[in-house]
Amino acid sequence: MNSLVSKFSTNNIPKQDVEDNEEYSDSMWASSAGYATNGLPTFRLPSLQQPTDFLRLHTDDHADPSCRIKIKHGTTTLAFRFKGGVIVAVDSRATAGSYIASGTVEKVIRINKFLLGTMAGGAADCQYWETYLGIMCRLHELRNRERISVAAASKYLSNLVYSYKGMGLSMGTMICGWDKTGPAIFYVDSDGTRLKGDLFSVGSGSTFAYGVLDQGYHWDLSDEDAQELGRRSIYAAGHRDAFSGNTINLFHIKQDGWDFIGNYDVSKMHYDGPGNIPGAPGTGYGYEVRTNPEACVVAD
Amino acid sequence: MDGKTAPQMRHFNPYSDNGGTILAIAGQDFAVIAGDTRQTVGYEIQTRYAPKVFRLNDKAVLAVNGFAADGNMFVKKVKQKLEMYRHAHAKDMPLRAIARLIQTMLYAQRFFPYYVYNILGGIEEDGSGAVYSFDPVGSYERESCRAAGAAQSLVQPFLDNQIYFKNQQPIPGGPPHPVHLPLSRVIALVTDSFTSATERHIEVGDELEMFIVLSRSHPQQSLDPRLNATEVSTTASGEKVFVIRRPLKRD
Repeated sequence: MNSLVSKFSTNNIPKQDVEDNEEYSDSMWASSAGYATNGLPTFRLPSLQQPTDFLRLHTDDHADPSCRIKIKHGTTTLAFRFKGGVIVAVDSRATAGSYIASGTVEKVIRINKFLLGTMAGGAADCQYWETYLGIMCRLHELRNRERISVAAASKYLSNLVYSYKGMGLSMGTMICGWDKTGPAIFYVDSDGTRLKGDLFSVGSGSTFAYGVLDQGYHWDLSDEDAQELGRRSIYAAGHRDAFSGNTINLFHIKQDGWDFIGNYDVSKMHYDGPGNIPGAPGTGYGYEVRTNPEACVVAD
Repeated sequence: MDGKTAPQMRHFNPYSDNGGTILAIAGQDFAVIAGDTRQTVGYEIQTRYAPKVFRLNDKAVLAVNGFAADGNMFVKKVKQKLEMYRHAHAKDMPLRAIARLIQTMLYAQRFFPYYVYNILGGIEEDGSGAVYSFDPVGSYERESCRAAGAAQSLVQPFLDNQIYFKNQQPIPGGPPHPVHLPLSRVIALVTDSFTSATERHIEVGDELEMFIVLSRSHPQQSLDPRLNATEVSTTASGEKVFVIRRPLKRD
C-alpha cells in the first residue's frame, strides 16, 4: 500500500541528480536544433551554496583582470528610428581584457528577415539567446499565422533574461524591426530593463556615439543621411573608445525587411571616408579636419 | 569553539591552465589545424605528449586549449554526440552543424563553464575550407585563421600579417594580395608559428601535431612525400585527413 501511495504521490518526484544531469536527451536530435524540447534549455550549475559567486570569481574580468575565463565582450552599438525606417550600426571589435580577441565580430544578429538584434556585453549570451529568440519567433509565426511584433519579440527576450536575473548574464541589446505598427526599437538588457524608444546606443563607446548621433538626428532624415549618421557615429566611438573599432557594420530596416548596407573599416573612414556615397563628406572623417581645415566644408 | 559554526568552504577552484597553443588556418579547399603537445602547470612540464587536436570525422578536426581535463571531457562528449548523429542519420554531421552543436554544448555550461578555447577546422558541405573559433561559453564566428592559448598574442599578429596581409601595401602596379594561400605556404606558416612561439614562450614546445583536411575538390588528393604525413581518414571517397608530426624544442 505504501509503495502504491508513494508511486502516485506528487511529493515524491525523483530529484534529478546534479552530477548525472545530461544537458539534453537523445530524442531531441534534429527536431529543435539542440535546444531542449520543453522550450527552455537546461543549465548545469556548480554544486555550491552560491553558484553565482563561483561564476563571478572565475569570469568577471572587471573585478579581477587575472581571472582565467575571459568572456568576450562586445562594445559600441546604435539604432535609431526615422521616417525611412530603422538604422542599425555597430562596430566589430571583441576584447578579452586588453587583448583584441577579434576585429571581425558580427554584432548584428539576424533574428529573421524583419528583426535584428544587436550585441553588447557577453558575446555568447547575446548570440545564444537571440538565436533562441529566432526559434521562438518562427514558432509564433507558425502558431498564429502572422509575424511576431517587435514589442512581443522583445518582451519574450526580456522575460527570458529576467528569469535568469542575478545569475551573471550580461547583455545589452536592441531588438529592431518593422511590424504592422511600423518601425520599432526596444532596448532590452540582462537586468530586465525593456524600453521602447526612437534612439539608443549601447556599450562602452555609446557616449561617443550619442554625441554625434544627438547632434545630427531628426525624424525627417533622408535614407542616405540617416545611413551616414549611423556610420559617422560608430566611427566616432571607434576613434575615441579603445574597446571599440576595427570595422563598422551598417543595416537599414525598411517595410520589406532589413538590408545590409555595408562593412566599413574605421581607419579607412578616418583617412579616406566611405567614398563617393550620397550623404558622405567625400573626405575622411578625421584626418582632413585635423591637417587641412581649409579644405573642409564647414556646416552652418 | 562553540560547536555551532558549520564547516565552511572558503574557495572552490576546479580550474587550472595547462598552457600550450593551438592554431587553425582555412584555405580555399583545405584546412590546417595544429597544436603543440606540451602540457604544463605553472613552470612544471607534466608531459611532453598530450594531444590537443582531435579528428572528429573525415571533414572536421577540433583543437582544444585551456584546462586539459575540461578539454578532454568536452572532446569526449562532442564525439559521443557525433556518433549518435551518425547512427540517427547515417551520415557525418556537417561542419557548420558541428559548430552550432559546440555552441549549445558550451552554453549549457554557462554557469559552470568549461575552461576551454575551441577551434574547429575542416571542410564545409560546399567543399570550402573553414575555421570556427569559440570562446569558453560558446560565442562563435567563422574565420579563415585563428590562434588560441598561451602564445595566441605571439602567433595571431603574425598570422594577421601573413594571411590577411594586415599593414602590408601591395606592390604598386603589381598583383593584389591573394585571398587564399596555397597549402604548401600554409604548412610553412604553421610550422614557423610554432617554432617561433616555442622560442619565446615557456609553455610551448616538445612536439607539433598538425592535421590537414583536404576537400574532394582539392587538385591533389595526397601530400608531398617529403612532408612525411600519415593519412588518418576512414573512407577512400570522402575528404582526406592527414597528420604531420614535427619535433619542437624541448627545453
